[in-house]
Amino acid sequence: MSASSIEGGRPPGSVAPAIAVDNLECRYGDVTVLRGVTFTVPEGELFFVIGGSGCGKTTLLRHLIGLARPARGAVRYFGEDFTAAGRGERRRLLRTFGVLYQSAALWSSMTVAENVALPLEQYTPLSRRERQEIVALKLAQVGLAGCEDYFPAELSGGMRKRAGLARALALDPRIVFFDEPSAGLDPVTSRQLDELILQIRGALGTTMVIVSHELASIYALADRVIMLDREAHGVVAEGRPRDLAAASPDPRVRDFLSRDGREA
Amino acid sequence: MSEVPTPARAEAVLEGDCLTVTLGGAWHLTRAQPAWARVRGERRPRTVRLRAADLERWDSSLVRFVHEVERWCREAGVACATEALPDPVRRLAAQLAAARQAHVAVDHGGNVLTAIGLAATGVWRQTREFADFVGECTLSAAGAIRRPRRFRWRDCLAEMQQCGAMAVPIVGLTSFLVGLTLAYTGAIILRQFGGDIWVADIVGLSMFREMGAVMTGIVLAGRTGAAFAAELGNMKTGEEIDALETLGIPAVDFLVLPRLLALTLMMPLLAVYANCLGILGGMLVASTVLDIPASAYWVEMQTIIGLSDISAGVIKSLTFGVLVAVAGCLRGLQCERSAAGVGRAATSAVVTGILLIIVADAVFAVLFHVLGI
Repeated sequence: MSASSIEGGRPPGSVAPAIAVDNLECRYGDVTVLRGVTFTVPEGELFFVIGGSGCGKTTLLRHLIGLARPARGAVRYFGEDFTAAGRGERRRLLRTFGVLYQSAALWSSMTVAENVALPLEQYTPLSRRERQEIVALKLAQVGLAGCEDYFPAELSGGMRKRAGLARALALDPRIVFFDEPSAGLDPVTSRQLDELILQIRGALGTTMVIVSHELASIYALADRVIMLDREAHGVVAEGRPRDLAAASPDPRVRDFLSRDGREA
Repeated sequence: MSEVPTPARAEAVLEGDCLTVTLGGAWHLTRAQPAWARVRGERRPRTVRLRAADLERWDSSLVRFVHEVERWCREAGVACATEALPDPVRRLAAQLAAARQAHVAVDHGGNVLTAIGLAATGVWRQTREFADFVGECTLSAAGAIRRPRRFRWRDCLAEMQQCGAMAVPIVGLTSFLVGLTLAYTGAIILRQFGGDIWVADIVGLSMFREMGAVMTGIVLAGRTGAAFAAELGNMKTGEEIDALETLGIPAVDFLVLPRLLALTLMMPLLAVYANCLGILGGMLVASTVLDIPASAYWVEMQTIIGLSDISAGVIKSLTFGVLVAVAGCLRGLQCERSAAGVGRAATSAVVTGILLIIVADAVFAVLFHVLGI
């Protein structure tokens, strides 16, 4: 959790952006999915990666969080090169961010509390009781107070997403990535999740990067977006969603951002 | 990150009855934090006042510390003043205190009597499900006989390749070694009576009547039964089986019957092959260790093996094929929708398959004895 944005604590010396992506090229075998992707995300921003199906949103996310190695280019977190980092360095950098997967990806053989506690067990010197307290706090933050002992299979889709978010927040990361957070959720639950994202950003000042094509969420949450395109194999627009919808020179961008639902 | 952060600090100063605790430095979950018991020491104040000074980055570890102080104060009947702390810290500490109250314990265990009751009804339910499933398979097979063109022959051939041809090396190796072991064991006794040549009878008869079918059955229960369960279990987890059912295609017709037929046809062929390899193993021991020529071994074996022995083995292996396939497919379809569920389904398929093989083998032993086969 970065407290600096809320109560004026001193940020560490540098003013490097939370995320800086430089000329990234993503390839699967011989197929180039994305090339020349460059953008930065300042700390505390709610940043969306948008685009139609198959445009490489999830591919970009997998490269950002280190599940795939870029063919070229670099990803930097707070000025530190993640792509070229050695093993130890990389493990440390991995702790600067949390990820909420599309399916929540909770470990099914563990209770919700055990899911959230695992990163704490791995990386913190806390005792069992202290871990339980942190777990309770995280679950309260996502609105699941008291649900410690449930197994993932006993939760609804929306609750599973919340539990996944609690796990992503467990180590108080400075950045959280979301892969299609509203996938598989009804509009009401989806809106509640959007509100939760805003609330957590407000409380903790966390930088959030959200991969999505849900216009309602994009308009409700995004400070800034980049739009990827399948034919262009890269970024076709960058800016605030309302500005892009009104004034983007690219018809693909205007078309994408101006379907029904923009007022939602 | 690369900068060295100031360690988290909590310094307590006692002024009269009031213990003032000053919190400072960088608080991070992954680094060492002050412990309240040590900060307080043996002091027994009337009031604890928390304040922040030179507080840098902080996270949940600070919130937890504040919560611990508040809890101690409540339990010790000491007043706790947190007004001097930053608002977000106080808000989160209050949220944590409320969350600790909200914890609803869910009991996933249970007492012994409940466990026994559940196990008993579980056995009854499983037996019924097994009978239901066998019934469904029978109806489905009858349907396929009436309309053979609708049967999934391509899937069936692919399964035959998987569970038949691909299993040839492992079945061959195990049977060869079983034949070899039988010959060595038989020779220990027969040598004492100068009856080395009867090794051929022992190996031949046990391979044809028992070991060929049983060994093949057990190998395929581990290899194919587990594969069926894992594959169908994974399909169930991914809602693929639901997708079939909503299209009006029964999973038994589409998925189970091709596998059942494939394994039932392949098992006897593999068993006959296993018999041959077992005999070869015996023959190798006989000719190298016991000095019995292969031709004499072959002639001696023919004096005891009759068509009834061969067909007894084939009938057994046909039955084992059905049992292993049914156990594998049933466990796959019963699978819970989780990764752990798929693992349990595969384990359960192997255990059920082997258990059914052993039970069926015992039934056959009694039956053949009564019928004089």
